[in-house]
Amino acid sequence: MEEEWDEDGPEVVKRFMYVNRKAPYGTVYALEMLEKVLIAAAFEQDVHVVFMDDGVYQLKKEQETKGVNMKNFSPTFRALEGYDVEKLYVEKESLEARGLTVEDLVVPVEVLSSDDLKSLMSKQEVILTA
Amino acid sequence: MLLHTVNKSPFERNTLESCLRVCEDGAGILLIEDGVYGALDNTAVADFIKKRMGNIKFYVLGPDVDARGLANQTMIDGIESVDFGGFVDLVEKHTATQAWL
Repeated sequence: MEEEWDEDGPEVVKRFMYVNRKAPYGTVYALEMLEKVLIAAAFEQDVHVVFMDDGVYQLKKEQETKGVNMKNFSPTFRALEGYDVEKLYVEKESLEARGLTVEDLVVPVEVLSSDDLKSLMSKQEVILTA
Repeated sequence: MLLHTVNKSPFERNTLESCLRVCEDGAGILLIEDGVYGALDNTAVADFIKKRMGNIKFYVLGPDVDARGLANQTMIDGIESVDFGGFVDLVEKHTATQAWL
């Protein structure tokens, strides 16, 4: 079998954007999306992770899931840096509609207006939304 | 009187609004799962509940609030937090339960 890439890294690097729009525990979308982000990171792609609409709730501090017998996956967002996933964006309008600020979030993010997000999105080569 | 349960985020679905539209005064609404986001104050959707406060009794399921990191967020005044045992008590106390999905 032919090697996909040598020690220099992957042959092809694309701009990937993952758009998170779902709250963390009511459905499995958020957790599945995180798995997809980790896959792209493993292939050393140029990963951009966006949180908008209820997706901003995925980053809310102080999640304590013992009472509902579910896995609290919010600490994983803090580990993304170790996989060189450092481009995290939150839509300003979504934060404001929910009465939240960056102080409420588990990781440092770049806050973008819808207009800024619009231009960033149009520069991507692969976009996955959930 | 009915007990309504709402498990969808009011930012994403109109479930809470529909429930409120057909909810009789005196009934109870228990917010569970992603429905608990509707209990937060200072949001774009807080008025849905505030407008009916006093006519309808609102409850929120505490373990779902904690899971979502909302334990220290400001809830709309007058919403009562219950645990799973309290959920059972509410079901028992009302004539029937309408589970909005």
